Amino acid sequence: MSGVRVLVGTRKGAFVLTADGKRDRWKVAGPHFPGWEIYHLKGSPANPNRIYASQTSGWFGQVMQRSDDGGETWETVGNEFAYDGVPGTHMWYDGTQHPWQFARVWHLEPSLTDPDTVYAGVEDAALFRSADGGRTWNELSGLRGHPSGPSWHPGAGGMCLHTILLDPSNSKRMFAAISAAGAFRTDDGGTTWRPINQGLRSQGIPDPIAEVGHCVHRIAMHPSRPNVLFMQKHWDVMRSDDAGDSWHEVSGNLPTDFGFPIDVHANEPETIYVVPITSDSHHFPPEGKLRVYRSRTGGNEWEALTKGLPQQDCYVNVLRDAMAVDRLDPCGIYFGTSGGQVYGSSDSGTTWVPIVRDLPAVLSVEVQTLP
Amino acid sequence: MIRVVLPQHLRALARVGEEVELQVEGPPTQRSVLDALEARYPMLRGTIRGHTTLQRRPFVRFFACEQDLSHEPADAPLPEAVANGAEPFMVVGAMAGG
Repeated sequence: MSGVRVLVGTRKGAFVLTADGKRDRWKVAGPHFPGWEIYHLKGSPANPNRIYASQTSGWFGQVMQRSDDGGETWETVGNEFAYDGVPGTHMWYDGTQHPWQFARVWHLEPSLTDPDTVYAGVEDAALFRSADGGRTWNELSGLRGHPSGPSWHPGAGGMCLHTILLDPSNSKRMFAAISAAGAFRTDDGGTTWRPINQGLRSQGIPDPIAEVGHCVHRIAMHPSRPNVLFMQKHWDVMRSDDAGDSWHEVSGNLPTDFGFPIDVHANEPETIYVVPITSDSHHFPPEGKLRVYRSRTGGNEWEALTKGLPQQDCYVNVLRDAMAVDRLDPCGIYFGTSGGQVYGSSDSGTTWVPIVRDLPAVLSVEVQTLP
Repeated sequence: MIRVVLPQHLRALARVGEEVELQVEGPPTQRSVLDALEARYPMLRGTIRGHTTLQRRPFVRFFACEQDLSHEPADAPLPEAVANGAEPFMVVGAMAGG
């Protein structure tokens, strides 16, 4: 029987949750790397036993881990992320130029075809690639070297490259998103990049329709339709039908269009999920009710999913990398909260159960669907 | 033989006990001890000092013989008691945060 493996990164370690295809009985393993912040773990689509993890600490910096047995044992790999050439500067909070400084790896995106190739999105925003299983890392500096680079500035959480999407139909095309610079696309395998922010409107920046400077929180894609992208922006849920060349708003009837994660149903490319959060100053759900919203129309028309989720006195947040879907039918949806709960749904979001309730604050959730 | 005490997180990373012993050629300094430590335990590279700058990370401290040596030059000789193994060179995670 098929199964799922949920990879959970938290403020104090990593956890691996496993279940068979019914997804009703779970085994919780961990913490791995106890006491360390685990920003993200992700498995290789080409070899599910290969998992990469980003382990960080305010004291001891960045460590990279790799597992070749599905997360049971780990080995450290390379942790040197050196910007290509002279790093240069970007905009700082006070308007001055600030040297690019590596802080941590936010997101890992393994190649779709090669277990030894993996991309890393880092703070200060840059994209790195390893082609040797994480032992060495090289910057794809064309992104940071875009002429707009010196004008990029950090959001409240730092200037992080948090989203990397690989186009399964075109190995030369990738998407990346940076807070608070915006979304970018390469069509030549990462050598050159261009901003893809046309149609975004952000009232919090001097020019609401600027080419860059938008606080994109997350982008999602269904692998069968790589030209259709869905975005949760700082405010607004957006959609593009032309690989990011233009965007239009699909917030529709959401109670608030602020939030962090967004994801697409595995078997229904027009079914998408968000978790509305009250506002950028109130990082908790409206009315103390934790609700996932589902649109079966690719946006604009949304329904609240509440069954099994707390509907009173709930003031957790769900971070941008903390939602994922499995590839089973019916599709499973999973998300983790700042309160340490990991919720799962095995019926496309209609009903939810807490898989585990009392982990450290959850930073990321990924799912592997196992044969 | 130089004795080095590591903080708990780095012990777990290097899969060692509280204290490791290192051979260091010549009079030991912070630099030569850390060079030897990182050569023996490559997974510690970048966790105590920067990869290329070799600057101590801000929340890492170096203690020995009840002294804070964190601001001593990297090439300054360590105390004789460290050099002869009577006292350990301590890598400490600074008390910070909450």
